[in-house]
Amino acid sequence: MQGMNVAVLIKQVPETTDVKINRETNTLMREGVASIINPFDMYAIEEALRIREQHGGKVTVITMGPPQAEEALRQALALGADEAVLLSDRAFAGADTLATSYTLAKAIEKLGGFDLVICGKQAADGDTAQVGPEVAENLDLPHVTYVRKIEELSLGSPDSDGGGSAGAPGFIRVQRMTEEGYEVIESPLPALITVVKEINEPRMPSIKGMLRAKKAAITLWTARDLGVDASRVGLAGSPTRVIRVFTPEQRRRGEIIEGATVQEKVRTLVAKLKETHLV
Amino acid sequence: MNYFLTEEQQMIRDLARKIAEEKVAPRAAEFDEAEEFPWDLIKILAEAGLFGVWVPEEYGGLGGGVFEQCLVVEELSRACGAVAVSYAASALGGFPILLFGTDEQKRKYMPDIASGARLAAFALTEPDAGSDASNIRTTATRDGDYYILNGTKQWITSGGEAEIYTVIATVDPSRGARGMTAFVVEKGTPGFEFGKKEKKMGIRASATRELIFQDCRVPAANLLDREGKGFIVAMRTFDRTRPGVAAQAVGIAQGALDRAARYATERVQFGKRIAEFQAIEHMIADMATQVEAARALVYATARMIDAGERDFSKEASMAKVFASDVAMRVTTDAVQVFGGYGYMRDYPVEKMMRDAKITQIYEGTNQIQRSIIGSAVIKQAIRRASSTP
Ligand SMILES: Cc1cc2nc3c(=O)[nH]c(=O)nc-3n(C[C@H](O)[C@H](O)[C@H](O)COP(=O)(O)OP(=O)(O)OC[C@H]3O[C@@H](n4cnc5c(N)ncnc54)[C@H](O)[C@@H]3O)c2cc1C
Repeated sequence: MQGMNVAVLIKQVPETTDVKINRETNTLMREGVASIINPFDMYAIEEALRIREQHGGKVTVITMGPPQAEEALRQALALGADEAVLLSDRAFAGADTLATSYTLAKAIEKLGGFDLVICGKQAADGDTAQVGPEVAENLDLPHVTYVRKIEELSLGSPDSDGGGSAGAPGFIRVQRMTEEGYEVIESPLPALITVVKEINEPRMPSIKGMLRAKKAAITLWTARDLGVDASRVGLAGSPTRVIRVFTPEQRRRGEIIEGATVQEKVRTLVAKLKETHLV
Repeated sequence: MNYFLTEEQQMIRDLARKIAEEKVAPRAAEFDEAEEFPWDLIKILAEAGLFGVWVPEEYGGLGGGVFEQCLVVEELSRACGAVAVSYAASALGGFPILLFGTDEQKRKYMPDIASGARLAAFALTEPDAGSDASNIRTTATRDGDYYILNGTKQWITSGGEAEIYTVIATVDPSRGARGMTAFVVEKGTPGFEFGKKEKKMGIRASATRELIFQDCRVPAANLLDREGKGFIVAMRTFDRTRPGVAAQAVGIAQGALDRAARYATERVQFGKRIAEFQAIEHMIADMATQVEAARALVYATARMIDAGERDFSKEASMAKVFASDVAMRVTTDAVQVFGGYGYMRDYPVEKMMRDAKITQIYEGTNQIQRSIIGSAVIKQAIRRASSTP
């Protein structure tokens, strides 16, 4: 096929930002809250659409979730995605990030692989940021997280003799956001990236897109369709146990040393450094 | 009130609302302050496909009608009246082509108007021809396969920004309304320039400019219908766009009501939320009732037009006059509910009051609307009287 074959992994999340947590099971409570596409995934969808606009190709959105996650896929189709795949099965319920990424990876394999897989940096409800990298590991793909810009993307040229000798390999060069600035990272294709909101401004759907999406066929795959190992999906495949849900303290904290004079401040500082055995 | 919209109409309304809330509202004050045409918002509306809601599918639209157009205008107006009129003006410029154009003319212009790739505008008013439209002095003189236009149009919404202009000129000033003739003139035609941009009280992000025609040669192929039909072109167009002005008024009023109602639950005086004072509560009740009545009239009129009723000038005028008067009252009351804060530009209601005023003036002042309504009612009464002995 001509152009970039891009997959976007999306998740349906509750619309509100203050997700309620069931204190007994330590799981998210979804009842009675309207659902939307995980906001970070909107940037992933937008980036995929822009890649298609520039390079041609196809955008496939994939989600694992309950049957109603179909709505999230239709929203992605309304924005312009070409195809949508829903992975839904009772056996998938209760999946942690490990089981989720295994399941998503199996779907990507079944679809024949992609030049590029894009995810949002994290889900707004779980906030783990683990699924993207774990999918990459499952597929043995290189991955770059927190991408804020794609500097260059090249599909490469196909080898002339079909022997894999000639031709230029495809690659992607991105800016990966860090706390202080960004890193420029280049990776061969196929690859997986997760994107941050700085990467673009997601478009609005169009009426025609919405009408098209309403009628579009969505592929539904169950555990059997994917041929997954039953012990690796859903609750059975989820070793993660949530002990407590809390907002972590900022890791790095500055401390301002008070004192009447510079000399006094220096004395306090030196004492502190000695106390912590730094000097 | 539930107006039982079709699924597609709900889709259109919801998308317009989403854009209004997420993209338009946060920037309304900024565009107003800068008096800057909201091009990036226009692009968003174009990409969303909203410019084509009233255009038949064969010309690239969605195949809706006046009602769908009204739904979009109303939602945009809740956030910003100026963005709404910049959107609506393209239908004002486009309807004459759709209603009176040949198939060729429609194929040439409607797809771009429907996609929003090009904006349209409508030019009738001149310095000495406002309510008295038949007093226009812009002339069109036939010259072989061309008409030569000379004259100045004033206060043209989206003037300078739009690319397709429906211009009403006269082929014979002595013939009054019967000399009026409509043309499509494209931006960039030699002899067609733009004059001064007005500084306005409200809808300040909307561009209002002068159009200047100096020996401007317009292909005869751009004549709409035939010579002398310009007045009819204008009036039949207004019949379909006045409900849009009314929808703009409903939207502005609803926006003001929403904000006043919320503010009333937040502001505390004498140890109480002001919503607990009956004077405020009743004011809000009257505002809500008037807005709903106006909306019901606008929707009923738009639906009647789309259903194929033949004569609806009276109802279009009623919707426009009623809704715009409601908008003026409701926005004034919203400022009152806000008190001094309402008078400040830091709060959105003073802009709504300024924006509401124009709906009583353009596309025919409310005095002119009342004349249309009154003469229709009286004509009917006379007809009845003469048929019943
Ligand atoms: C912001 C803005 C945008 C506009 N956009 C456009 C546009 O895109 N295209 C376009 O062609 N025009 C446009 N107009 C012009 C607009 O339609 C006219 O302003 C309007 O028709 C009134 O004309 P006028 O201002 O000359 O008022 P006048 O006709 O001078 O009226 C002055 C007053 O006299 C009253 N009056 C006049 N005649 C009568 C009568 N017979 N009976 C009772 N009362 C009467 C009026 O109601 C009004 O109160 C725009 C105007 C504004 C302010």
